[in-house]
This record gives sequence, structure tokens and C-alpha cells, in this order.
Amino acid sequence: MTAGITIAADELTAGDVVAGGHFPLSRDSLVRYAGASGDFNAIHYRDDVAASVGLPGVLAHGMLTMGLAVQPVVDWIGDPGRVLDYQVRFTRPVLVDPVEGAELVVSAKVGKVDAEAGTVRIDLTVTFNGDTVLGKAQAVVSLAPTASVV
Amino acid sequence: MNPELVGRVFAPTPAYLVGREKVREFSAAVFATSPLNTDVEAARAAGYADVVAPPTFAVVVQEHTLKQLLSEPDAGIDFSRVVHGDQRFTFTRPIVAGDELTATLNVASIKSLGGHSMVTAESTIVDATGAHVVTATSTLVVRGDE
Repeated sequence: MTAGITIAADELTAGDVVAGGHFPLSRDSLVRYAGASGDFNAIHYRDDVAASVGLPGVLAHGMLTMGLAVQPVVDWIGDPGRVLDYQVRFTRPVLVDPVEGAELVVSAKVGKVDAEAGTVRIDLTVTFNGDTVLGKAQAVVSLAPTASVV
Repeated sequence: MNPELVGRVFAPTPAYLVGREKVREFSAAVFATSPLNTDVEAARAAGYADVVAPPTFAVVVQEHTLKQLLSEPDAGIDFSRVVHGDQRFTFTRPIVAGDELTATLNVASIKSLGGHSMVTAESTIVDATGAHVVTATSTLVVRGDE
């Protein structure tokens, strides 16, 4: 009845990079996310609609960026159910070229360890073409497998 | 937009039944690779009743409440001027396939900043027993006239 690794609080130091990943997005990725999430705003798959509202091109859903950015953390702890709190600020759009796509790079580092609560805040940096696209991207995860009652 | 919206609580949304294939589909869409998202046996071995949804899956249920807010007749929100500012999920437990979830939105705050309005909406998501699962909080920025 356990999932994932147990992490000792004293093994973690603020600033340690614990996980990361590269996520190549294509227009196909956006259509897939639209269908899975139910967000069919056409600025995420139609160039003409994006242009008509003054955008430089089709954008990735902010919620797609948020959704994938936490995955390296989930893989690190080994259980999506150990993410207790997750927040982001959307600061810059991710333009997805029809041919080239777009690559998001995620780096996850230790923010603050709360040994008493048995949690660690992981701070995420997500970049596209070298620029950060999320601000205050923080996930609080439990250090040990939670006794599941689900 | 209408500042009197602060404190307004909307009607609970109809129950949303979390499907196993929907969880798998959403997991693939957000590049999730944990077996607990897709493999029932792995999820059960970890103590869950069924496959576990990725953290941001709650937005699928929350979305129904945001539609209520944006279509509220006296809200004065022009949908074409809305930009997603912030998003947060605060969990009591993860969502798993088989959950029947109901969401209730309340308008936590409305602020004005340089001609724009910022509305913070909290959607409280509970299971079929009424127990809290997750609160999804969005701040939407409504751009003013330029």
C-alpha cells in the first residue's frame, strides 16, 4: 500500500534540482489537449482566429503548460496523488509554430522543506526559447507515501 | 465588471462522473507517464480505488463553474477580453476514476488594476458523499478598453 519513494527531509537543500524535462509541443499536442480537457477555444488551433484577436499565432493552452510542468515532479516522487497543492501564474504565451512546434524546458528545484508537515515545496522554472513562461510555479508534495483512503 | 459579484455563490454543477478512459486520455495529453495514471493494478497496489488523475485534471470539472460565472447576466464580463492570470489547486485527496464530483463556485475577490479587472473565483469540488476533494482557484484578468 505504498507508492513512490520516501524522501528524508534532511536529504533536501533549497536550490537542489530534483527533476526536469523537455516537452516538444506540436499543433497535434494542442488538439489532443483541447479534446481531453474540453477547452476548444480556437486560438489554440486556428491561425486565422488567433490573428483576428491580435495574437501573433496559435498559442498553447496555459493549462497544458501547467499540466505538463508538474510531471517531472510526479515522476520524481512516483505518485500523482502526492501533489497536495499546485499553483502557477501565466506570464508569457507559448507560440506553437505549425511546422517547428515549440519546446518547453522544465526544471524543478527544492524551494522549502517543511519537516514537521512532511512536505516539500518544489519551485518550477518553465522556459520557451529561453524565456520563462510561468511565474510563481510551485508544487507542494508529501515526502512520504500518504496513507491512502481513496 | 460588476463589483457586487464579490461573495456570490453559484449553484452546484451537475455531478461529473470521472471515467477511467477520460483519465487516461487526459494523462496522455499532459505528457503524464506515471503508471498510476493509466494502470488500474498499479493504482490499486498503491492504495487507490482506480487510476489517479493528474493534478490539473480538476480543471475539467472547474470549467463548468467558470462558464456559469462568465455567462452570469449581470457580471459584465466580456469573454473576448478574458485572460487566464493565475491557477491553483489545493487537494484534500487526488481525483480517481469513479469519483462523482460536484463543483460550487464563489467569487472570492474583484480588484481593479490599471483599467483592468481581476476576478478570483474559487471552485470547491466535493465527492458524492460531500467530502472535499480539491479547491480550484482561478484569477481571470478582464482587459479594459485600450
